[in-house]
Amino acid sequence: MSGILDVSGLTVRFDTPAGTVHAVNDVSYSLADGETLGVVGESGSGKSVHVLAMLGLIARPPGRIAGGSVTFGGRDLLTLSEAELRDVRGGQIGFVFQDPMTSLNPVLTVGRQIAEPVIRHRGLSPRQAWQRAAELLDLVGIADPERRLRQYPHQFSGGMRQRVMIAIAVACNPKLLIADEPTTALDVTVQAQILGLVRDLKARMGMSVIWITHDMGVVAGLADTVQVMYGGRIVERGPVRAIFKDPRNAYTWGLLRALPDHGQRVQRRLHQIEGQPPDLYAPPKGDPFAPRNPFATPRCFEQIPPLVPAAGAVPGHLVAAWYDLPRLLAQRGDAR
Amino acid sequence: MIRFLLGRLGESALAVLGVVTIVFIVTRLLGDPAILMLPVGATPEQLASFRAELGIDRPLVVQYADFLWNAVRGDFGRSFQHNRPAIEVVAERMPATLELASSAIALGLLIGGGAGMIAAMNRGTALEVFVMLLALLGQATPVFWLGLMLILFFAVDLGWFPTGGAGTFWHLALPALTLATFTSASIARLLRSSVIDVLREDYVRTARAKGLLPRTVMVWHIARNALIPVATMVGILAGELLGGSVITETVFAWPGVGRVIIQAIEVKDFPVVQAGIMMIAVTFVSINFLVDLLYGVLDPRIRLR
Repeated sequence: MSGILDVSGLTVRFDTPAGTVHAVNDVSYSLADGETLGVVGESGSGKSVHVLAMLGLIARPPGRIAGGSVTFGGRDLLTLSEAELRDVRGGQIGFVFQDPMTSLNPVLTVGRQIAEPVIRHRGLSPRQAWQRAAELLDLVGIADPERRLRQYPHQFSGGMRQRVMIAIAVACNPKLLIADEPTTALDVTVQAQILGLVRDLKARMGMSVIWITHDMGVVAGLADTVQVMYGGRIVERGPVRAIFKDPRNAYTWGLLRALPDHGQRVQRRLHQIEGQPPDLYAPPKGDPFAPRNPFATPRCFEQIPPLVPAAGAVPGHLVAAWYDLPRLLAQRGDAR
Repeated sequence: MIRFLLGRLGESALAVLGVVTIVFIVTRLLGDPAILMLPVGATPEQLASFRAELGIDRPLVVQYADFLWNAVRGDFGRSFQHNRPAIEVVAERMPATLELASSAIALGLLIGGGAGMIAAMNRGTALEVFVMLLALLGQATPVFWLGLMLILFFAVDLGWFPTGGAGTFWHLALPALTLATFTSASIARLLRSSVIDVLREDYVRTARAKGLLPRTVMVWHIARNALIPVATMVGILAGELLGGSVITETVFAWPGVGRVIIQAIEVKDFPVVQAGIMMIAVTFVSINFLVDLLYGVLDPRIRLR
């Protein structure tokens, strides 16, 4: 399958004094044109690092890409020079980061920060770029753009700053927008507004989106495809409905059980996944989730399961598990 | 912005008032000028008439008010030694002091700024360790010793520079270098840690994610933020140079305010001492006022508060 982004065998390591961190391990997936991919996982799952690494945004050293390829626009990003990567970043791939309070430069005007990538990638004059910045502010729903452009980040609220970040990310009409937990630091109501804004922009500009989050609820309302990561690996991937209705990996199942269910009449205690995330300095030789997995089989501790099409599931639904989750759940009489 | 300015101006005025008051109190603690200045064996009548002449027989409050009023007008009395207004004696030395201090700061920004940047951009390398050791050494070396060594080597042995005095660039070189050793070391160490802090900031990652050229990221996103604490440092250094260059001025026979104060203290020429201290205090306060203004320009968060 070939799309706008093809990741194959991506492996990222960090060489630290305490040892080598196995941050991203053999990650492969493909993103179709116009697709929205939700990447879900907890801290340390490799969900953020793998996208930062493919665009040269991790510190090297200690970071290092130990293998794989990332094809975007017909070229392998991992073999590009830093100068070539700079043309891709901000031009063809836009980024929105987690914390809007710290992601904007406090001493430059918002207008200048939006104009920068336009001048850099589109070669507009500063005056034209300023004009474009005003259009962009308007596009992301900030009123009175002419005045707001001359203001500094501290004069904007958190939600407004995230809108500014989005304006920067889409300034050059990128083919791909990567949003790294962009709503985590925001109030729930503002979060919903930002989600709506991105859905709207995606439809208007026809971008593909990779939305990184730890929140299954956010993914449900936004993504076409969900990809669950654990211990630097993809453990399950598939169309959003399939993942929610028919999870095949015990970790995905645990994440879904941890969601509050608003439709349910009887209050139930929220589920929590017991245990600690895996030690990335010395990853276990088997399935990294096995020690926390109530369904783990002896094989789970011995051998890493490959990511393969789930038996009897919809096309495109892949899972890495040695156990048959639906059968085990049925045995427990606990099907969701 | 106006309120920020007025506030700083008020603070500056208060600081100067504080210095005037301290100078007033210290001069009163130095002993009775009549006994100090009249020959031994002066009669009580002579002492009393001299005190009346100086006005120090009046109540302290009256003397203080008088002193304040005179200070505002720049009148610190006549120098005993030069028999001219004390402020004149000091004022004509001011350009030399400013010349030396500004050279030391300019050199410090140039050398220290470069060294700090190099150290920060080469983290964890031998180069960083070397630059930082040099900076530590520069900060720890006593100024008088360094001055003497420079004179011994470059002026006495090699004869490249004059041993003292002022007037030409050659006269300025050694004393400026002496002071710049300290200023550049301080600036280098501060800028290094400041740049390292900024490098960790999310907005630097944002700038890189925008695909900006390294030069743009360096100047507008890293240096622009890292220089804010350096501005404060320059204000403090300027103060230290104006007051603390007394030693360097003495070592190099540099005709500045510091040296004139030392000479005045030796001959108990109190009006000149007072005028000199006031001059240094006012200059120090003015420079820090300017630095505060600069701070407002550098950091919009302060300007608009």
